[in-house]
Formats: sequence, structure tokens, C-alpha cells
Amino acid sequence: MTRKRRRLYIVAAALLVFGGATALVLTALDDSLDLFQSPSQIMASPPPPERGIRLGGLVEEGTVLRSTDGLSVSFRVTDGAQSVPVSYQGILPDLFREGQGVITLGNMGPDGTFQAREVLAKHDENYLPREVVDALKESGQWQDGSGVGQ
Amino acid sequence: MIIELGHFALILALAAALVQGSLPMIGAQRGDAAWMGLARPAAIVQLFLVVFAFCALTHAYVTSDFSVANVVANSHSAKPLLYKVTGVWGNHEGSMLLWILILALFGSAVAVFGGNLPPSLRARVLGVQAWIGVGFMTFTLFTSNPFLRVFPAPLDGEDLNPLLQDPGLAFHPPMLYAGYVGFSMAFSFAIAALIEGKVDAAWARWVRPWTLLAWAFLTGGIALGSWWAYYELGWGGWWFWDPVENVSFMPWLLGTALLHSAIVVEKRNALKTWTILLAILTFSLSLIGTFIVRSGLLTSVHAFATDPERGFFILVLLAITIGGSLTLFALRAPSLKAGGLFAPISREGGMVINNLFLAAACAAVFLGTLYPLFLEALDGSKVSVGPPFFNATFVPLMVPLIFLMAIGPMLPWKRGDLLGALVRLKLAAVAAVVVAAITWYLESGGPLLAVAAMGLAAWLFFGALVEWSDRVKLLRAPLGESWRRARNLPRAAHGMTLAHAGMAVVMAGMIGSSVWKSEVVTNLRPGETVEIAGYSLLFEGVGKLEGPNYSAERARFTVTRDGEEIAALFPEKRVYQVQAMPTTEAAIRTTLVADLYAVIGDADGRGGWTVRIYHEPLVPWIWLGCLLMVAGGLVSLSDRRLRVGAPQRARKAKTASRPAAA
Repeated sequence: MTRKRRRLYIVAAALLVFGGATALVLTALDDSLDLFQSPSQIMASPPPPERGIRLGGLVEEGTVLRSTDGLSVSFRVTDGAQSVPVSYQGILPDLFREGQGVITLGNMGPDGTFQAREVLAKHDENYLPREVVDALKESGQWQDGSGVGQ
Repeated sequence: MIIELGHFALILALAAALVQGSLPMIGAQRGDAAWMGLARPAAIVQLFLVVFAFCALTHAYVTSDFSVANVVANSHSAKPLLYKVTGVWGNHEGSMLLWILILALFGSAVAVFGGNLPPSLRARVLGVQAWIGVGFMTFTLFTSNPFLRVFPAPLDGEDLNPLLQDPGLAFHPPMLYAGYVGFSMAFSFAIAALIEGKVDAAWARWVRPWTLLAWAFLTGGIALGSWWAYYELGWGGWWFWDPVENVSFMPWLLGTALLHSAIVVEKRNALKTWTILLAILTFSLSLIGTFIVRSGLLTSVHAFATDPERGFFILVLLAITIGGSLTLFALRAPSLKAGGLFAPISREGGMVINNLFLAAACAAVFLGTLYPLFLEALDGSKVSVGPPFFNATFVPLMVPLIFLMAIGPMLPWKRGDLLGALVRLKLAAVAAVVVAAITWYLESGGPLLAVAAMGLAAWLFFGALVEWSDRVKLLRAPLGESWRRARNLPRAAHGMTLAHAGMAVVMAGMIGSSVWKSEVVTNLRPGETVEIAGYSLLFEGVGKLEGPNYSAERARFTVTRDGEEIAALFPEKRVYQVQAMPTTEAAIRTTLVADLYAVIGDADGRGGWTVRIYHEPLVPWIWLGCLLMVAGGLVSLSDRRLRVGAPQRARKAKTASRPAAA
């Protein structure tokens, strides 16, 4: 076993492992990306139902409706300019409130309602997700300093 | 007054670090013993000053001094004492101070215990350590100063985020930080070795225990964090592949690789360049872990409120540290002498494979975590990479690693016999098949992959035990002989067995709780019952409860199994008065083989409540296994050869009495 041979073996093993890892990463990235969209973007060009979407914005005031069994809920997410209806089954996070920032993960249904798999509200109520802030800025709903999320 | 003294002490500590970082380095270059000698007292002085600064801030918290801005923002006079103390590091500024404190502790440990290090190496290690301190203290003093006053002082504070008001906060961040910062030792030793141009077994004997200690802390810190998320967030999950979790996991993966490659440097004087590179990368990832979430670059489910102005400073700091050390590596690494030779099938070969898989897994996690950043920089589109990505990349990389993890320790150094190792592992193979069959039977078929994965976990667990019992000749020699052998076995060997077996236990817990978890979400009125996994839970109703700084609604469930009452569960929904923020407190009943987990949601206004019940088989094993791994690390650390300050004596002892060790 010479030094050169050993190096050859190590390089071959490294190529194998890292090549495999690259292949895994490339196939996985294709299927598991969730695209962030603001309500305005979704209304402008509704994404296909199979596309995973993160819809972010504020929970529109006065739109939260619970079903009689308390398990499913519907509300609208707005960026001030447009709003998208969302339906969700399950327990909402503690910080879910009307007028607060929210991110929902799911897919756009064929009926134009966003079917959420997951609803995230921030742990810290003074903090808005950066994407939501950007979306609010784009729709002109954000004032620096005294902005909605500040 | 005390707070100003604390502020001043931190500035003085920065000055001490500047001295420690410059004069001894110059001294080491010139061979000037007096200048090199400055490093040790400077490190001790720096430690005392930082301790003083930290105590000053703690004092302000404990006495609720609301003239200090940091206390106002994160404390309240009604907060229980424990959370006043832990609140010190429950915020950005205070946690930076904790970082600096731990860094100074590690630095002064070299100063105190480093008596037998070559003086120039010691001076350089302390010098590099000091420069890390300089970076952090400047960052803290200029952008995140916890010692600033407010005027006029408000009557009371804004309270600590209620989610952080939990005993978990007392242990999780300090342990995690001790892990992150602990890797600074390996980094400082690596940089010092590059400057010296010399890496030898003595160097590795120093790096290994520090890496081991940092690794044990980081393992404990991550496990505590995941446990905390599990019981506090009320989602019944223990890992979400959230950016914050990933950034703590990446240094763990590379740190684990470093731990193994450092053994090769120590035993066989090989893989030196690679080990140095790993040490640099591991600490770089720790730095990224500390900073990336704070800089607001990544959106995460749990992060401190972020301040983009700090981002620039952080970026410069990261660029200097990581860029600088990698440049130094590129310049100096080629001059390091290559070490011992080994065949591909050998203990060394096994470590190389281990390192390759861990590094590849780390790279996959890195890509998934930072991909959103790259993509946004490239074309402005905002994406997020979810758990499916990590499951699809990380898990397939771990499977071969776990499989080989049982074989590697069976191979001797230099040249091994793969067939012989496999023959010795036949018992483990039998155990794996038996466990898989039992799982198949218990879960009436279950998903095939999960059944196979349980078999793999058993393979690793029993493989580790077989290796250990081979070495002590268990059942093949009289018990007294085995006992004598076990006592003579180096502690590091026991440590390895514990850690590898712990990994298998963790794995079983992860499989069990993700594959065979059951969940019921329903709406219940008092008197109604819900069934899950053979248990029935009677919802008795909800009562009011007043805590020290919150009021709660507490539900009562009576749990029965086969008609027999076995437990009562009390999940709560709390509202913390100061921040008017609701939190969910899960009620968990554990049997060590499964958890019953209850959470209440909102009232529907018609007498019913939304409730969520989980049954998670094997979930406690995740933390039990982590405990085993940490224990393995600590046992190994207590090995005489690795004991801080004992390398010289150990070398003599080894030639005298010790048989060839791990």
C-alpha cells in the first residue's frame, strides 16, 4: 500500500459518497421546495395545485370562522391589497389572532381556497416573518418604525 | 453603579484580550519567553473581568434594576427568581455575554492546565483564543451592549417571553453554548499548529479531550433543546428541521467527524491535514450557528427578534475568521508532513468512511438550510426548504453510516480483516433479525422500511455490545477474568461502547415516534371520552388556576386502561399577564417506552373544547439515548490518557503496563 494508492482509494470513496449526496440533494430539492407567495402574487397568477406554497400575510380582521365542531377553521390572509381565503383543520397556534402576521403552508385548491396543512404564527408577537414584511412593503401597507409589525 | 462597573470590566477584558492576542504571538515568533509568558496571566485576568461583568448583569436582573434597558426589555418584578437569573441569557445581548464568559473559561483552562504544552504552542493557542474573544467583545460592546441605561427608568419591566419561562432555559442555552464555544479550542489548536507548522501525537492528545468535552456539551444541548421543544411547544414533535435546529446540528455532525479523525492523528499520526481542516470548519459552523439566526438572514420558527444592523458586523466577523483561517490553511497545510500508511480495510479506513458520510450529511443539511438565501440572492424568489428535503437526503446518508458503525470498531489498526469482523458480528446480525421480526409482529406488518430500520438500530446496539464483550472475553473466560479485563480496558473503550449503543437507542426512539405515532384531534365536552392506543381519556372539565405571573385554564383528564384508572393528565393554557401572551402547556405521561401527550386548545363557546392527544411510542428513548452518548463522552474523557494535564505521565504508563488501547 503506497501513499499514492491510499490517496486514490480515499478520493474514490469521497467521490462516491459526495456524488451520492449530490444526487440525493438534487432530486430532493426538486420536490420539496415551498415557494413563498403573498396574497397579491397568488391572485395575480394562481399557482398549480401541486405546488407547495407558503402563503404569508396578516389574518384579515373579522374573517375567522370556526366550524361547529371547532376543528376546522377558515379565514382570509391579506397583504392589504389582496386577500386569499384559507381553510385549515386542526388546532391553531397560540398566537394566531386577527390582524396578526401568519404563515400558512399548503396548496392552492381548485376552488380558489388555499388548503393549509400547517399554520405558523410567531412565538414573539413583536416579530413578523421577513417575507411578510417584504410583502407588506410591496403592497404599501408597511410604515417604517410604526409599521404593522412593529 | 454596579452595572457601570460591569460595563467597565468588559471593556478592560477586551483590553486584556488584545494584550493576550498580540504580545505572546510576537513573543512566540521571536522565541521571547517573557512575552510568551504573558499569555497565561492575561487569560486569567480576562476571565475574572468577564465573570465580574456577567455577575453585574445578573445582579441587575435579580434586583430588578429597571434603569438598565436590557432588564426592562426582558424581565419583570413578578417573575420567579429562577427566570430572573435565566433571563440574563434569554435575550440577544445577555446571551452574547454568556458566550464570552464560556470562551474566557475555556481560554483560562488552557492557561491553568497547559503547563506541559510547549511554550510557543501554548502562547499561540491562547493568542488565537484571545482574538476570538476580541471579536465577540467588540461585537457586544458596539452593537449589543447589555449594560446600557434608560432614563427615566420605567416602574416595571416588559417581562421575558413566556415561552422562555421554563426550567429548560436554565440548562439548554448554556450547554449549547459550551458546545459551540468548546470547539473554539480545537480551532485555536489548529490555527496554532498551522502557524507552528507542526502536528504530532502530543497535539492530538490535547485536541481530543477538548473536542470530546465540546461534543458532549453540544450533544446534551441539542437533546435538551429538542426535549424542550417537545414538551413546551405542544406540537408533539421533537425535531422540525428548522434553521435554528439545523445550525446547531451542523457543528455536531462535523464535530463528531473531528472526534474520530483526532483519534487517528493521535494513534497513527495520519489524517493530520484533514483533522486541521475539520477543526476549522467545525468552529466556523459554530460561529455561523451563533450568528446566522440573529442576523435575521433566515426566517425561523423560533428566533430572537432580529436586528438587521448587526448583520454587517457579523458578516465582517465571519469573513475574517473563516476566510482568514482557511487562507492560512491553504498556505500552510501543504508543509505538514504526511503520516502513517494504512490499508483501506482498517480502523483508519473506517474512520475515513465515517468522516466522509458525516461531512456529506453536514453538507446536505448546510445546502438545505442556506439554499433559500442563495436562491433569493440569485433571482429574488423566496422559497423555503421543508422537512421532506432533509428526510430525503439526510436519512439515506445515515443508513450506510449506521451499518458500518458496528463494523468499524471491529477492525484493527493498519490492516483489517472484513470477513473476520463480520463473522464476529454474527450475534448482532441474529439480534437485528429478531428485533425486526418482533417489530413486524407487534406492529402487525408495519411499514417495511421502518421494520428494517429497527433491525438496523438493533444491529448497531448489539454490534457495540459484541465488540465490548469480545474485548473482556465475556462468557468465554471466567467472570473474574472478564471483570479484570473490563477494569483494565481503557475508559475510552467503554466510552465508545456507550456512545455507539446510545446512538442506536436514539435511532430506535426516532423511528418509533415518527412511524407509529398516533394522534387524535377532537372536540370534547366534560364527561366525554376519547380513545387512543388502548387508553381511554375521560375529559373531566376545565378549571381556573393562578400562577405567580400568569393565569391558566387547566383541564383534567382521567386516563384508564382496561377499565383501570392509571393516571390523571392536566394540560394547561396559560396567559402571561405582562405580555398578554398565551402559551400551551402539554401534559405528558411517560412509561419510558411510550408517551401519552395531551394538549387543550380553545373553547368553542358552547361548552366544548378542542383537545389534541398523541401517543408516541419509544419517544423517551431519544433523550435516554442522548444521555448515554453524553455519558459515553464523559467516561471517555475521564480516560487517564486524555485527562487534562496528564499526557506526559500517560505516555510513560502506556509503555509500561497498558496493552494496545482503543
